[in-house]
Amino acid sequence: MNAEKSPGSRIAKHAVLGDMPVQKELTIYFEGKPLKALEGEPIMAALVAAGVTVFRYTKKGSPRRMFCGIGRCTDCVMTVDGVPGVRTCVTEVREGMRVERQQGVGNWNIQAEADHA
Amino acid sequence: MRNDGKPAVVVGAGPAGLCAAIELKKAGAPVVLMDENAKPGGQLFKQIHKFFGSREHKAGIRGFDIGKELLAESLRLGIDVRLKTEVVGIESGLKVWAVEDRSKSYTLDAGKLILATGATENALSFPGWTLPGVMTAGCAQTLINVHRVLPGKKVLMVGSGNVGVIVAYQLMQAGARVAAVIEALPRLGGYGVHTAKVRRAGVAFHCSTTILRAEGKEGVEKAVIAKIDEKFRPIPGTEQILDVDTICLAVGLTPSIELSCLAGCRQIYVPELGGNMPAHDDYMRSSNESVYVVGDIAGVEEASTAMEEGRLAGLHAAWAMGYMDDQTMKTRTNETRERLQALRQGVFGQKRFAAKERILAMRKDA
Ligand SMILES: Cc1cc2nc3c(=O)[nH]c(=O)nc-3n(C[C@H](O)[C@H](O)[C@H](O)COP(=O)(O)OP(=O)(O)OC[C@H]3O[C@@H](n4cnc5c(N)ncnc54)[C@H](O)[C@@H]3O)c2cc1C
Ligand code: FES
Repeated sequence: MNAEKSPGSRIAKHAVLGDMPVQKELTIYFEGKPLKALEGEPIMAALVAAGVTVFRYTKKGSPRRMFCGIGRCTDCVMTVDGVPGVRTCVTEVREGMRVERQQGVGNWNIQAEADHA
Repeated sequence: MRNDGKPAVVVGAGPAGLCAAIELKKAGAPVVLMDENAKPGGQLFKQIHKFFGSREHKAGIRGFDIGKELLAESLRLGIDVRLKTEVVGIESGLKVWAVEDRSKSYTLDAGKLILATGATENALSFPGWTLPGVMTAGCAQTLINVHRVLPGKKVLMVGSGNVGVIVAYQLMQAGARVAAVIEALPRLGGYGVHTAKVRRAGVAFHCSTTILRAEGKEGVEKAVIAKIDEKFRPIPGTEQILDVDTICLAVGLTPSIELSCLAGCRQIYVPELGGNMPAHDDYMRSSNESVYVVGDIAGVEEASTAMEEGRLAGLHAAWAMGYMDDQTMKTRTNETRERLQALRQGVFGQKRFAAKERILAMRKDA
């Protein structure tokens, strides 16, 4: 299975919830490539909508995605704007945000952290 | 006598916490409601099905509509709701340590503390359970109903309780195919109405069945299930391979008790209600008299019971802080307890009722 393109899509119409409300579109960068996201959604949702299945690899190279979806388990952590270990299921997208897969605990880039703060 | 202006702090803005805060505010007591999420409502906003229970308890109303009602009321009352605020510690003397927006840390002295932190879904480990595509049922429910993205196309649901069947149905509503619902016990666990809906949609239910492993390289490609005997051992030769890309785990919830441990509340073990939880009395007071525990943290039940427990604590705390007279507190408490008792009836309710009675008895022994 290709890790980047696989099942996953937006639910535009829904019998109970109705049509998807119109939301402002933003651009985030996943592994350097531009990707559409909706204002207010967590990074996880934008990645799932784009069909990304692998969010990170462990130290031993085993793939991970999300598990709990509500910030409890840390399965979904990625490097966001240079800061590793960010829970993508509870972190909202921002225009221009850079989202990268991390290996193991990732690399701390102190400058990026300073920019982030 | 009114205490020295310290507010009641409610942690968790799910149905339990919202109701506690509403009762406090209505009585005129100072109250601060904190939740780590950007929106209040807890689990309610994921629930797009019509609720079960009596009419008085909003049966027939969808969970998210109940959430909207509670929210509107809390806004109307002008409750101090602090969102994106994670409570990370409770220090002695009821100092609540909060982190706002993951950047600002502060402490707040609480007069009373009401913990309404809910529950966390259980995991189930089997070979391949860490593969992308394996997730809790609640995770899938959040993705489809709150964020409106579909995590997969072909799903295996592990667990036939209410969460399992409801989320299976909602996954179908969102456009996925559910290959099967499996259950380790010899009988199905959920309310008949929900199970029947999923069955009618053509989904196979397998009892006395477990998942042996998930297979796939970068994500789930297959699930291998098998029948189990009465000792829960897989029966050789009964393996079945399912072509799925998503495996949802609906194998129960455990109360989120961390803060109650930090607050020094005595913990007890009640398997029927999710495992370890803070002991409490019939005002929902924990062993620490200034700390109340309400909703799923005090035993995993339902939104309807969580709301009533929240009210009980809110009423008692308002009275204890000097904002409600004895008579009003007694009358309202009795009404609330009657509604709670009505909710704990029927086949499912009875078991929870018995468990709750045991908790109260344990508390008296303490
Ligand atoms: C699939 C499914 C179907 C259901 N169907 C029904 C139904 O039909 N009828 C019914 O009555 N019930 C139903 N329920 C159950 C119901 O949703 C829960 O019992 C109810 O939401 C529990 O309420 P609560 O307020 O205790 O916790 P929650 O709703 O879980 O709220 C707890 C809140 O506290 C926050 N929190 C936790 N820790 C902290 C912290 N340290 N700092 C800040 N915030 C924190 C959490 O993020 C959350 O927002 C269903 C549940 C599921 C999963
Ligand atoms: S998926 Fe569990 S923390 Fe994000």
